[in-house]
Amino acid sequence: MKHIKSLQTRDLKKSIKKGGGCQTSCAVGNQSC
Amino acid sequence: MIHQYQNNGYNIVMDIESGSIHVVDDIVYDMIAALDEYSQKTAIRSVIDEDDIRAVSYDDIRDYLGAKLGSYDSSEIAEAYEEVAYLIESGNLFADDLYADYISDYAQRETVVKALCLHIAHDCNLACQYCFAGEGEYHGKRELMSFDVGKRAIDMLVAQSGERHNLEVDFFGGEPLMNFEVVKQIVEYARSIEEANNKKFRFTLTTNGMLLDDDILEFANKEMGNLVLSIDGRREVHDRMRPMRGGQGSYDRIVPVFQKAAESRGQMNYYVRGTFTHYNLDFAEDVKHLADLGFKQISVEPVVAPPGERYAIREEDVPQLLEQYDILAKYLLERKREGKAVNFFHFMIDLSGGPCAYKRLSGCGSGCEYLAVAPNGDLYPCHQFVGMPDFLMGNVDTGVTDTHLRDRFKKCNVYSRKECRGCFAKLYCSGGCAANAYNFTGDINGVYDIGCSLQRKRVECAIMMKAATAQ
Repeated sequence: MKHIKSLQTRDLKKSIKKGGGCQTSCAVGNQSC
Repeated sequence: MIHQYQNNGYNIVMDIESGSIHVVDDIVYDMIAALDEYSQKTAIRSVIDEDDIRAVSYDDIRDYLGAKLGSYDSSEIAEAYEEVAYLIESGNLFADDLYADYISDYAQRETVVKALCLHIAHDCNLACQYCFAGEGEYHGKRELMSFDVGKRAIDMLVAQSGERHNLEVDFFGGEPLMNFEVVKQIVEYARSIEEANNKKFRFTLTTNGMLLDDDILEFANKEMGNLVLSIDGRREVHDRMRPMRGGQGSYDRIVPVFQKAAESRGQMNYYVRGTFTHYNLDFAEDVKHLADLGFKQISVEPVVAPPGERYAIREEDVPQLLEQYDILAKYLLERKREGKAVNFFHFMIDLSGGPCAYKRLSGCGSGCEYLAVAPNGDLYPCHQFVGMPDFLMGNVDTGVTDTHLRDRFKKCNVYSRKECRGCFAKLYCSGGCAANAYNFTGDINGVYDIGCSLQRKRVECAIMMKAATAQ
């Protein structure tokens, strides 16, 4: 696309449909799955 | 929900519910703002079914966009709208919020205990002014955890962790190295029962460095998955807040020890962890100082203190702190370009491999998946609640007996705080810290406004850095 560059992100809506139980969090955004 | 912001020359559009992030040019940036305004009154898309979303046709919106985007050429507007409509129809712009329907069920889920924070020593050899443990004295109740209590805590964790394989244990204080023999005994015991119980322990040790000698470092490098080294930054900043009990500074003593520790771990699996206060609102300089000392894994975090404390962050401090995060983000990008990258904990973000929406909505796990153990074996929701009678949950022999309190924490999530629902950062912070909320509002479901302002800026900076490195 000429005007837009989309960063590669996880599809959160798909993830909620698949269902979630990752580390606890507190030294969420930088956690990996 | 859409959030748009400009930072370091980038136009960034976040579509909160889908998790999509777009870096756009000026015409699309202005167009999305116009469409966001339009969507408050009129639908800009129709959902035929889950896989068939249709954006409003250009013919139907041409006049509105023409009026709103008068400085752009009409053919350019049409071309840009084609790209925007594609994002809408692919579910990556103006996506619906469907999470509220799921979160109530998720809050009822059965949980297991995943992690413990062992308060191995309620005693300290420093007298840090901002310590929530009362300058390490624990309000006159110095106490060390016995091996027997630690062993029972490990047994409880194994028993209450269900089928989960990976378990985490923090050694915390006070200063944990004032009870190092018990740390070693607990680690040895936990390792001895791993195989029989199909568990794997990951340990973290936090230390002020005063007792960190070669033998302890060798042990830590063998057994600790993470080592947290407490240092605030520049000498005068550090020594003002982290003096020894006699009043002398501790900076000169710990810096070479920490540099050696970081190198011995290959500059991985550790953090130098500092606290900034009202006294060093230019905290980006402290991060730079730590980087100049050779540290590659850095966290410098805002103090959490009662509003009346002289060193507490105040509302009027916030604009300068936000500016500092911007300065820091540019500095870190510059270091990366020069091949001298360092990690800053609060700017680390995994966009493509980050947690699922459930995790993002459900909070940190305190009080249900994560518990703190006091030296006498009492259980609390997390390290910041230790010693508060209203938050005593049980002990290492009984496990959690106050299930009502556990369930209150389990339901602590983005949708339990009305302020979070409309916040663009909600899926990056999960509703924030229950302890901070309680300390500032008297309610674990409250919000700590200053903390929220800083968190939102950190999210914006972290995403800007991703945009910059994706170029």
